[in-house]
Amino acid sequence: MKALRVERSLPRFAAARVAGALAPGRAARVGPLHLVDVDPPPLPGPDWVRVRPRLSGICGSDLATVDGVASPWFEPVVSFPFVPGHEVVGDLDADGGGGRVVVEPVLGCAARGIEPRCEGCRTDDVGRCRNIAFGHLEPGLQTGYCADTGGGWSLGLVAHRSQLHAVPETMSDEAAVMVEPTACAIRGALKCHDAGGAVVAVVGAGTLGLCVVAALHRFVGPDRLIVGAKHPVQRRLATELGATVVVEPANLARSVRRATGSMAVGDDGDRARSQPLQRLTGGADVVVDCVGSANSLAQALAIVAPGGRIVMVGMPGTLTVDLTPLWHREVELVGAYAYGAEPTLGRRTFDLALELVAEARLERLVSATYPLQRHPDALAHAADAGRRGAVKVAFDLRTEKGRRS
Amino acid sequence: MRPGFVLEVDRSTPPTLFHHGEGFRLERLPVGSRVVYPPEPLPVLRDIDAAIRHALLHPVDSEPLPALLRPGMRLTIAFDDISLPLPPMRRPDARQRVIEAVLDLAAEAGVDDVHLIAALALHRRMTEAELRHALGDRIYDAFAPRGLLYNFDAEDPDNLSFLGRTEQGEEVEISKRAAESDLLVYVNINLVAMDGGHKSTATGLASYRSLRHHHNVRTMQHSRSFMDQHRSELHSSNWRMGEVIRNAGVKIFQIETTLNNDTFPKPFDFLQKREWEWTLRDRSAYLAATKALGRTPERLRRSIFQSVLAPHNLTGVNAGEVEAVHRLTTAKVVEQQVVHVEGQADILTMGLPYISPYNVNSVMNPILVMCLGLGYFFNLYRRQPLVREGGVLIMSHPTRWEFHPVHHPSYIDFFEELLAETTDPLELEKTYEQSFAEDEWYRHLYRTSYAYHGVHPFYMWYWGAHALQHLGGVIIVGGEAKAVRRLGFKPATTLADALEMATDVVGRDPSLTHIHTPPLMLAEVT
Repeated sequence: MKALRVERSLPRFAAARVAGALAPGRAARVGPLHLVDVDPPPLPGPDWVRVRPRLSGICGSDLATVDGVASPWFEPVVSFPFVPGHEVVGDLDADGGGGRVVVEPVLGCAARGIEPRCEGCRTDDVGRCRNIAFGHLEPGLQTGYCADTGGGWSLGLVAHRSQLHAVPETMSDEAAVMVEPTACAIRGALKCHDAGGAVVAVVGAGTLGLCVVAALHRFVGPDRLIVGAKHPVQRRLATELGATVVVEPANLARSVRRATGSMAVGDDGDRARSQPLQRLTGGADVVVDCVGSANSLAQALAIVAPGGRIVMVGMPGTLTVDLTPLWHREVELVGAYAYGAEPTLGRRTFDLALELVAEARLERLVSATYPLQRHPDALAHAADAGRRGAVKVAFDLRTEKGRRS
Repeated sequence: MRPGFVLEVDRSTPPTLFHHGEGFRLERLPVGSRVVYPPEPLPVLRDIDAAIRHALLHPVDSEPLPALLRPGMRLTIAFDDISLPLPPMRRPDARQRVIEAVLDLAAEAGVDDVHLIAALALHRRMTEAELRHALGDRIYDAFAPRGLLYNFDAEDPDNLSFLGRTEQGEEVEISKRAAESDLLVYVNINLVAMDGGHKSTATGLASYRSLRHHHNVRTMQHSRSFMDQHRSELHSSNWRMGEVIRNAGVKIFQIETTLNNDTFPKPFDFLQKREWEWTLRDRSAYLAATKALGRTPERLRRSIFQSVLAPHNLTGVNAGEVEAVHRLTTAKVVEQQVVHVEGQADILTMGLPYISPYNVNSVMNPILVMCLGLGYFFNLYRRQPLVREGGVLIMSHPTRWEFHPVHHPSYIDFFEELLAETTDPLELEKTYEQSFAEDEWYRHLYRTSYAYHGVHPFYMWYWGAHALQHLGGVIIVGGEAKAVRRLGFKPATTLADALEMATDVVGRDPSLTHIHTPPLMLAEVT
């Protein structure tokens, strides 16, 4: 069957880093990703089933992998060769019972056949599984990073039954493929579940940022939800999804300052004539960083209130950031990874995501789909989505040759 | 001196000059269009210092200034700020000449408690260089180091006096020092008919608490125009406040100066000539200027223009009781500026220059473009606007999405956030004015840096409220499309495109009037 596969090849990763540095998403032709014919992965155990992907999204973390810039942190929890793709809606094989499913990709204790389960998995919080490199599977934090399971960028993967969520008949594939990123966003939004009536700023308005806006609007209800969005399509969608104010990223600090009645420092004098406002003395109660870069974290630190919270939803890497404000202003920095149980709402993140996708019509974020053959174009489009008026780019496997109906 | 003139464009009419920010354009107007030229400059006073001294010694409806001065008294001299005149005048500035004369008389009378206050209301503070330019080094060095020459601070509660309310409930709160002085001498430069009179003190030395009663949408929509004292609610409100100030016992000795409209020095003097009278030298100067400016980086171009000092000078100086003085002043301003125009047009065109009252030594941001076009220039009329109700205004200006972050911090937020939501002056006033006016950071920058007050961009927007209500459309030629759209207007690349677009609103074969300003004019439209 056809699959896009990432090989462990140091020269390829090096070439990808160079190409990716020149233009993000351009490393597909020289990097470690190849379109190959492979055997479908064998079922690892009795509770495993085969899934034939219909749509599979391209995530920022996928682009980082393809461009060779993913953090070395992941090396021990990834196994090569692997097929990327963890945002998946697919058809369950007849042997598995049939029907459309979305995959909750974290490979926790249940999928790995580990008993007793770790504390995270015992409480259904699989994102916090402590055994992602152990058990009867090769290491892999998620489907799409594990050599044994395959991934969504192919015609077939295997999934543990605990990973599957049935897709309602009324939900389109485009909506269903948004469930996984939406779940990540809800996870981040609920890290500031106590920010109802507060000022919350969101840095970045790509797929994750927009889903965070929708999730904050739906589940948290801040008094002011201020979003820094670079591109017109992002600004329009952020407004539609519930942002109170949407501004250019350079004006986010200004907008937060005004909303919070804060003072600002470092902006006096001619030196500042061509610079955006430097930093606030007060700021937003919560800043959600949906980018995960050094610049976005620095910006979050500049606009968060003393004693406030920064939620990092975007996947960071090795960053060089001045953390003095974190110390000086006693700011809380909180990570938000994946999904699991949401004790504040007493629900599972994926269940909340299925509802939110439908309510907020998040299928509208899917802007373009590509066949596997055109993966260089797809990755380039995804890496440059905002500028090209797009949000989510996905592979469409529904009409691929060789796909069993 | 030739009076103002209305030219009807025919096939032999040369292209008409349009100001265009830090540049100019020559445009061919459709045959049948009318071009309104301002009168030529009035002759200036032959001996200015003697005229000033004469005014102080022979004031109208007041005792001579020396009779009002005595040892031990508290004397405050307030003067117009950087927003006047435009462009700034060559040294010595009128304020310097007048204040030196006042100080000489004060010294002769043994007055030693003298404060000088730049009456800037909610404008930005003047820098040392700007104060030196306006008042001269001698005055600056004598008073500023001792803290006796300073900018008015409308946000200093300890230095404001509440004087009462008008019969319409308008609160009057002005500078405490001015209010508690034995004599307030106000030194004004009257560039347009709106300036001066009671507005000098009631606006220039007032706080937001006071200003909000006339700097609002309702007042501006009921000032038709604010250059016409008899039909200006802005004028009426200031006059009511003036009465409260007078009844509170504040003794004002008003000194008003009028300037001629000799606006541009060589080599830019062709800007105030009628195009068919351009000499070979003028045409060469135009070509050289446009060519050189085209090659000059934007910042340098701005600094070249901002360094222009106008050759205009005094045509009159009057002193004494506020209202009596202002009647004489207004007559002189009208004499210099009035042009009789018959009938309204479907389309009014204008070229906006690089400068407005609020971007001296600064950036002409898009909000100021709106204010200059729809506020100041649109309102350069008496009786009725130059353009009919539902007509179209076409302005020429680069309208860059650019702000001076030190001078106009609240403008940036107003433009980026508020105008993205609404351009309706009433909605802006109702929903946002107070939060900007009371924002502590804007307050801090106004008081300690060189920032316009937080509420100032609202006032700029209100200034255009009458025009927004009156017009059927606004088109900006040669502006940055994104910025123009944010203002709620339509962008056009050329005047021809703009005229074509205007036909959607005013129909085919519209009548067109172009105002050839600056130099400033006041159209008497019958």
